[in-house]
Amino acid sequence: MRYSNYPNPNPINELAKAAAHGRISRREVMKRGTALGLSSALMASILKLESTGAQGTPASGQPVGYSIVAPANVRTDLAGQRINVVGPATGPGEPFYEAVVAAFVEATGIETNFIRGAESATDRLSFYLQVFSAQATDIDACEIDVIWPGIMNPHAIDLKEAFDSQGVEYFERIASNNTVDDKLVGIPFFTDAGLLYYRTDLLEKYTLQPPTTWTELQEMATTIMEGEGAANPSFTGFVWQGAAYEGLTCNGLEWQFSNNGGSIIEEDGSVSVNNENAIAMFEMAKGWVGTISPQGVTDFMEEDGRGIWQGGNAAFMRQWPGAYALGQAADSVIKDKFDVSPLPKGDAEGAQNADTLGGWQMMVSTYSEAQEAAIEWAKFATSREIQKSQAIERALLPTIGELYQDADVLAANPFFERLFDVFNGGAVARPSTASADLYNDVSTAYFTTLNSILSGSADDPAAAVEELAGQLEDIMSEL
Amino acid sequence: MSSTPVEVAPLPVSQSRTRSSWAGPTTAVGRANERLGWMLVLPSVLVVIGVALYPLFETFRLSFTNTRLGSVREPRYVGFENYRDLLSDDLYINAFRNTVVFTIASVSLEVIFGMVVALVVHTAFTGRGLVRTSMLVPWAIPTVVSALLWDWMFHPTFGAINSVLIRLNLMDARDTFSWTASTATALGVVVAIDVWKTIPFMALLLLAGLQVIPGDVYEASYVDGATKLQQFWQITLPLLRPALLVALIFRTLDAFRIFDMIYVLKGYSTETMSLAVFIQQKIVSLQRLGEGSAAAVILFFAIFVLVIIYTRLIRVEEQ
Repeated sequence: MRYSNYPNPNPINELAKAAAHGRISRREVMKRGTALGLSSALMASILKLESTGAQGTPASGQPVGYSIVAPANVRTDLAGQRINVVGPATGPGEPFYEAVVAAFVEATGIETNFIRGAESATDRLSFYLQVFSAQATDIDACEIDVIWPGIMNPHAIDLKEAFDSQGVEYFERIASNNTVDDKLVGIPFFTDAGLLYYRTDLLEKYTLQPPTTWTELQEMATTIMEGEGAANPSFTGFVWQGAAYEGLTCNGLEWQFSNNGGSIIEEDGSVSVNNENAIAMFEMAKGWVGTISPQGVTDFMEEDGRGIWQGGNAAFMRQWPGAYALGQAADSVIKDKFDVSPLPKGDAEGAQNADTLGGWQMMVSTYSEAQEAAIEWAKFATSREIQKSQAIERALLPTIGELYQDADVLAANPFFERLFDVFNGGAVARPSTASADLYNDVSTAYFTTLNSILSGSADDPAAAVEELAGQLEDIMSEL
Repeated sequence: MSSTPVEVAPLPVSQSRTRSSWAGPTTAVGRANERLGWMLVLPSVLVVIGVALYPLFETFRLSFTNTRLGSVREPRYVGFENYRDLLSDDLYINAFRNTVVFTIASVSLEVIFGMVVALVVHTAFTGRGLVRTSMLVPWAIPTVVSALLWDWMFHPTFGAINSVLIRLNLMDARDTFSWTASTATALGVVVAIDVWKTIPFMALLLLAGLQVIPGDVYEASYVDGATKLQQFWQITLPLLRPALLVALIFRTLDAFRIFDMIYVLKGYSTETMSLAVFIQQKIVSLQRLGEGSAAAVILFFAIFVLVIIYTRLIRVEEQ
């Protein structure tokens, strides 16, 4: 957008100009904007002008992919082969992934086509299974979620040999999660754990400490919303993922596990979801919708809530670690104004913190016609070098323990050291081992029920959970 | 299903009379002609078998099994178990109810508004050509795009609709309403977008019907002193009925199979889930081909019944 130099008498244009040039603060923009009677939509776009003064540069001010170092000993004898790899969705993860692919092409000469996956993990799985069920050769290598090794096993080659030749120590727990019947379905690419993001500046302003229980979070969110709402009507307390998809399963598991409500299905295969502690948390979460969280949260996936948070319009957010790097970008309005901690716990007896284990693995399709080249890609992407660069630029958690002591990684992500125990084995696993290849059925039943409790279309949470338990029993009996 | 409207064209009376006494060709030339006839229709028959009958048969067959896509589990025959499961599945019943509500609401609104638009653009006024072309815009936009477009318009914080309401002081900026997330309005939003998108289609079909009504009928009624309203009820509507019925068939069948807009707008949320979304979730997301096929078979019969009702109405019309 361009601004002319001659004086403009329109006060809205003046305000937009001042904001874009960074002459006035965000608070000032909102104060003057409110005085002018601007709509929240217009104000948001003016504030966006302010935040895009410096176009999308990462924290270091360096171009995307600046920290990528190609691992040594890559094979160059496969040059000219063609592979298709499926990576992240169109969005913040895309430019870095493109840079990794470019580095791989340069190092190996393998022509690599990066296919964007769906943002929703549920949709991504459907896509993979359609392609693989037809035994199609279109995907050579792809990212798979930490809960899919059981489902993907029939379509994946054994990567044990490639894994062993990497010469680094991967997290034991993830490697064993990815192993089905002695076969390594995917090499750990990055790990994930749900975290609580909070605004340090706002907690300070209202003299609060980071919340340790959900009740505290609820009270603080209410306080901050009341205080901020006058100047910023679109300010909200807490954003999370509430749409009917895999992300809601992660959120729901955190709520119930943190209130000593079990992990939906226990390791021995017994269905445990129908208990008072779990239901109490679901009811509490239902109460957040339309109060401390926007009413639309029941349609939110990761990026919906992050958009609100990144614009400075939320006090708390439940999100994966990747949002840390985005929040710390040079053009971010919340840069240096937030921090992360484990998620709060419930008030029930025996309650403990719970952060759902997430993360992605790199697998190679058994139907691939260029398996050697695809294996080379899987090794490259999961190498120590790429994981390090990925941690620095994208705040994605490495699956290699030693990187958590790396000075460059810690400089970019100070919280890595503090939360190491959570990332290495402390996170709560979804019941994908107990439900094996029927995990998606379990998760779908769970998130469908939870979504209808949250949105209010199931008016009695206890009855809905009881019915869910019945559905889960049916699914487990099919195993 | 798309071949159904073709069947409704009635055979000329004389031809159907001769056919009843027809007992096959008796001469060599006649037999050769018959062979040629068969050969000429053979390609289309094969295409219909390949793309319509075979998949249909396969869906019927799968609906009696517990087949899973890309699974190591051996499929086996389960009889009517899938159908029994569906009928006791609240999610399915809910999807059926949503689909029926959506179909009735959207089709009736589309007929009313489509009729109004058709009547307006049927009258002569300057710039009529421009209006007729531009009214097609909503229909020309791909459904996925219009679903996303409206999703943004209905956005609680940044959407145009709430912004207007706030400016008119009909809504508090600190307590905005989410049209797509609220269970009370979610299905209504889906209906509204579909109506917005499909009015042009409805109007176009009805306009075609209006244009074949001869002008002298109106002149005669004018001479007899009929009012505009009387002309509409006594002349326009009865003469428009065939076109209206065809439009209704198209729209009802389309509405009954709605998938794309709901999926883009609300994914697998229960409050808007239609039968097609339910089937897609079963087959594509959960790989339960058996149960999904059973649901598809029921949908097939539901549509079949609708077609029979409509074709009956048209036959009655023509007699």
